[in-house]
Amino acid sequence: MSDRIFGVVGLLLAIGFAFSALAIEESFLSDAVGPKAFPLIIAAILGLSSIVIAIRPDAEPEWPALGRLVEVGAAVVVMILYAEFLPIAGFVIATAFAAAYLAWRLGSGPIESVIVGVGTSLGIYVIFHLVLGLSLARGPLGF
Amino acid sequence: METFASLADGFAIALTWQNLMLALLGCFLGTIMGALPGLGPSNGVAILIPLAFTLGLGATPSLILLTSVYYGAMYGGRISSILLNIPGDEPAMMTCLDGHPMAKKGFAGEALSLSGIASFVGAFLATWGLIFLAPQLVKIALLFGPAEYFALFALAFMTLGGVSSTNQAKSAFAAALGLGLATIGVDTQTGVPRFTFGEVHLYDGLDFLVAIVGLFALSEVFIFLEHRHGGSDAEGRKLNIGRLYPPMSMVRKCTPTMLRTSFLGFIAGVLPGAGASLGSFISYSMEKRLVDKENTFGTGDPRGVAAPEAGNNAAAGGALVPMLALGVPGSGTTAVLLAVLLALNITPGPLLFTQNPDVVWGLIAALFIANFMLLAMNIPMVGLFTRVLMVPSRILMPIVAMVSFVGIYGISGSSFDLLVMIGFGVMGWVLRKLDVPLVPIILGTLLGNSMENNLRRAVTIDNGNWWTLIDSPLSIALWAIAIIGFVLPLIVGARVKAKMHQRRDEEGAISD
Repeated sequence: MSDRIFGVVGLLLAIGFAFSALAIEESFLSDAVGPKAFPLIIAAILGLSSIVIAIRPDAEPEWPALGRLVEVGAAVVVMILYAEFLPIAGFVIATAFAAAYLAWRLGSGPIESVIVGVGTSLGIYVIFHLVLGLSLARGPLGF
Repeated sequence: METFASLADGFAIALTWQNLMLALLGCFLGTIMGALPGLGPSNGVAILIPLAFTLGLGATPSLILLTSVYYGAMYGGRISSILLNIPGDEPAMMTCLDGHPMAKKGFAGEALSLSGIASFVGAFLATWGLIFLAPQLVKIALLFGPAEYFALFALAFMTLGGVSSTNQAKSAFAAALGLGLATIGVDTQTGVPRFTFGEVHLYDGLDFLVAIVGLFALSEVFIFLEHRHGGSDAEGRKLNIGRLYPPMSMVRKCTPTMLRTSFLGFIAGVLPGAGASLGSFISYSMEKRLVDKENTFGTGDPRGVAAPEAGNNAAAGGALVPMLALGVPGSGTTAVLLAVLLALNITPGPLLFTQNPDVVWGLIAALFIANFMLLAMNIPMVGLFTRVLMVPSRILMPIVAMVSFVGIYGISGSSFDLLVMIGFGVMGWVLRKLDVPLVPIILGTLLGNSMENNLRRAVTIDNGNWWTLIDSPLSIALWAIAIIGFVLPLIVGARVKAKMHQRRDEEGAISD
């Protein structure tokens, strides 16, 4: 069933891709092929392979239980927040929180999580910023 | 003789303190990444790409660092195969079959050092193979026009799925997805924006480094989160190694095996789409058929340890041949290495050998040096790397995730790229669940633009005649191979793949 849904989604993606390819505005100065042809070929392959996937599905993959899905979803949310807050809070603080969260969700105890979070953050800061001179996001506190 | 002169020049380039230190660092990190289950060669190289850039390294030093990681990961993969019966990376799968039984019989140290020697022999011979085969391939490639290049790219995509996936439709889907992603951004020939939906960040196209790190490294973190696999695989087990050097008689007994499988692995590596996993698989099965008279394979036969290790390391070297000579990588990790070259504004392919001989020969010399370093690291110091196996993934995975973020942020300094990377991470996770191979996606995003440019150049040169694509004998031959490579696995591939896939789960989507 998963593969059938996947095939249908893929087919919709291919159709959407083909339509936006057709909508590309051509410049008056164009080569013989133009900017549309290659994307249209790709859309055709994408569509055909999606149809095959939908018609001949593989065995069902093992989907995680709902709780696990929420887990992955929550991690995604934390990562998005991390990306957004990085320039605001600064590298060290944001990274410590994100790393501690991930460590906690992978089964560390509270104290270990904090240690992993702070350790990862400071470790990366020292190695990448102080030693290697990579510019990391600066927060209001200067780090 | 010319070859040796070039090689000598290469050593002159590689033998600087900076390059030696980078090779050492790369070998060390690579072995660790190979040893840790969950981090393979393509992940390892992907995570370290940003490091190479932020260090401000030039082309040759970056390549030296990253190929050392690549070779190191190939060496390291066997450690957890032998000690824990869990392959550290995919090519090390076959090493479990005899390596772990040997360890159970109390010969862990012998198995580790023997496989270290086998890795060395495989990689060493493959590097020689690279030296002699790549220039020959370059001579052929110089005959290629745009139409032939287009056919060659098609060949790479069509054969890639043959081994890496169980389902050809899914690998075709993955390739098309990657190529489609590559078309995002301003069209290079006419300057019109495509698929940007008005988002300014997308005008430059998607950065393939962002895609690679997201697909490979972040999706791994999600897999671990999903299984809440936070412990260490080595927990509660005694990693007893014993003696560190194999008896000479054992090495002598395995020598013919190592030589044969090095050759076989090298060939498997050179072939497009095959890579190291196939190299170790066919090496093991051939040796089993050839020398296993007493049915000792699978019960801890030293030859069964030497065969796949020599095979997969030789394949790693072989896979560099098409990457350097044609600009078309044959495996996941070489695709990632290609990304490094492209990001450094170096176009691999036949011209690389004439325009940047320092890069090519410096790299080859560095491979020899890295090989000796790895041998030294992997025999006396193997105990150090076994300790690494004790690091639980609840500590390791946050570090992997954060280093990925730092690396990408360090390159671009924009939160937008981080969001794109997270998107790729989620996509990678879903696709791995659905058993869609990720390597064709990477290859598509990497090669998409030059594939399209070659197509358009070929057709434009011939005044809009599309038949020009199959006009020369060379391009017809390439198309024929491509079609055979796509169709053949549908017919005979099912059996081979079933055997190869017996031992793997969703790890298989990142195949090398």
